[in-house]
Amino acid sequence: MLDDRYQLAFKAYPYQRSPDQDAKTPVRHPVVIMGGGPIGVATALDLGRQGIRAIVLDDHEGVGMGSRAICFAKRSLEIADRYGCAGPMLEKGVVWNVGKVFYEDRNVFEFNLLPEDGHKFPAFINMQQPYFEQFMIDRVRELQAKGAPIELRGKNRVDSVEMKEDHVVIHVMTLEGPYTIEADWLIGADGANSPLRGMLGLEFEGRVFQDSFLIADIKMKGDASFPTERWFWFEPPFKSGASTLLHKQPDDVWRIDFQIGWDVDRKEEMKEENIRARLDAMLGPDIEYEMVWSSIYTFQCKRMDRFREGRALFAGDSAHQVSPFGARGANSGMQDVDNLGWKLGLVLSSKAPETLLDSYDFERGHGADENILNSTRATDFITPKSEISKIFRNAVLNLSEKHAFARPLVNSGRLSVPCTYDGSSLNSVDGLNAGPLRTRPGSSCPDAPLADGFLLPELGDDFVILAIDAEAPGAFEQSGLNVRVVSVSSVDDPSGQLAGRYLGEAHSAVYLIRPDQHVAARFEHFCEASMRAALRRASGQEA
Amino acid sequence: MSDVNLTPNIDRPDDFYADLLGAHEGLSKEQSDALNARLILVLANHIGDSDVLRGALEAAKL
Ligand SMILES: Cc1cc2nc3c(=O)[nH]c(=O)nc-3n(C[C@H](O)[C@H](O)[C@H](O)COP(=O)(O)OP(=O)(O)OC[C@H]3O[C@@H](n4cnc5c(N)ncnc54)[C@H](O)[C@@H]3O)c2cc1C
Repeated sequence: MLDDRYQLAFKAYPYQRSPDQDAKTPVRHPVVIMGGGPIGVATALDLGRQGIRAIVLDDHEGVGMGSRAICFAKRSLEIADRYGCAGPMLEKGVVWNVGKVFYEDRNVFEFNLLPEDGHKFPAFINMQQPYFEQFMIDRVRELQAKGAPIELRGKNRVDSVEMKEDHVVIHVMTLEGPYTIEADWLIGADGANSPLRGMLGLEFEGRVFQDSFLIADIKMKGDASFPTERWFWFEPPFKSGASTLLHKQPDDVWRIDFQIGWDVDRKEEMKEENIRARLDAMLGPDIEYEMVWSSIYTFQCKRMDRFREGRALFAGDSAHQVSPFGARGANSGMQDVDNLGWKLGLVLSSKAPETLLDSYDFERGHGADENILNSTRATDFITPKSEISKIFRNAVLNLSEKHAFARPLVNSGRLSVPCTYDGSSLNSVDGLNAGPLRTRPGSSCPDAPLADGFLLPELGDDFVILAIDAEAPGAFEQSGLNVRVVSVSSVDDPSGQLAGRYLGEAHSAVYLIRPDQHVAARFEHFCEASMRAALRRASGQEA
Repeated sequence: MSDVNLTPNIDRPDDFYADLLGAHEGLSKEQSDALNARLILVLANHIGDSDVLRGALEAAKL
């Protein structure tokens, strides 16, 4: 009745009877989160840290086996840092910078990501998804011990919901039978096949790609080893796939993806001897390895029309699904949580009107469109759909060996970067015309080194005024919103990188920064009236 | 915004045309298709300007 649909890597939240199951009338909670994957758990962390009771219901008892996501982008690490769990991720993860592109039997070029320096976190780390989830769950446990009102309920499957005017009634099945709870807000973090979408009759539309990939995670034996680089083959000579990706993970595990075409016999392909045949053709007969995990996946780019439906809000794969090229799945889900958490917090504490949540739909819908666009383009390059698209693809690859100009056209996945919320109703008109484009209103704040530490850890969680070489009050309050003021001057910015990223040609700047570390407004000088107007806009109190 | 130039601009049109055909001489259909694709990419990079490139795509559609 409550059978596992997949194996667990870590049993992180075993079933425990909750007093809610014995209540005479359904207990009402401010937030119930359906799904304890990375996005559900991150949402619980965000809300729990704000002191908001958050109940996660998952039909399993922990983290699913198999790595799935391996590339976690800087922005996800910055968000995890705000939640207090980026340390173990950075320690476990593999940092890589060099990528090689092969076409047929030739290494046509190689690139270095050359990440911009002056950031606390690297551009990416590679790490098996179960670790990412486990580190967040460990953090939940730490916060719970300090009294944070978070609950993770394993083997609690949501079977049906009733949408009411101002709450949702949730019917849950457990090993010990059904019970009912209510939530002011229900978060659908129940993954790409989202049962919640089905329960509410909501559509999930987009493109399904006619191709499939075989993933093999292998552990090298003996001293066989590959460098910590990303290798991508188009039409490799070893013929194990129309394209192949090799990428390093922690624990001496390598991820290999073979593009194996659309009409495949999954059962046949998943036989160990057949996977080994592909691997041996690629690695050569002398390399010994152990198989850790394998899977076949097909992919699609789809999104819900709206991420809010009454009192239900969708986040992560339930709201949008992208092909894996570019590592935008979990990474974009983390940005959903970052965006939703503070808005829900303000609405629940009556510091902002409910309409603030519509900006979640607008901003993250914009993010989803950007991610879908990027991952669709990568997919079209990697798996050309027509004769002519293949001709152009191969022309690009052939030219890339000789001519630098063609290399930017090679698209084996544009790696995830945070989206800028241009056009959002929360942004104020840019008041710093000489300021850099990258920190215009709507942008995610780029990190910068300070004399002791980094900028981003100083921002976030609350609205913050960042005053750079500018006068500003010591603190600022408006309609219950307490705004912290962080003042820095050139003394705090020995490298000049802060000025480069936030001042540009301007001599001073005052930024209003949202709790999710996105810029809401910026000015050259502090002006109380403009700051109050910007804060009203950014908190949805004024259109 | 710059427009794609659709007035005569090639120094010696007959020479260019002969060079173009010459480059394809002796090639199979497949090789010719590949050459054309590379040529388009080389020329597009030389132009660079996205307005001009979009204009060129439109003009080519007839
Ligand atoms: C091969 C592959 C490679 C990928 N690589 C990357 C990458 O490199 N980088 C990246 O960022 N992303 C990557 N992704 C995407 C990433 O894995 C997903 O985006 C991510 O897992 C989504 O998290 P989620 O929490 O939204 O959903 P899920 O992880 O699917 O979690 C949903 C949870 O909801 C639970 N649930 C479902 N129904 C119910 C119910 N009725 N009641 C209670 N609980 C329920 C499920 O059991 C599950 O625990 C990859 C995906 C694949 C398949």
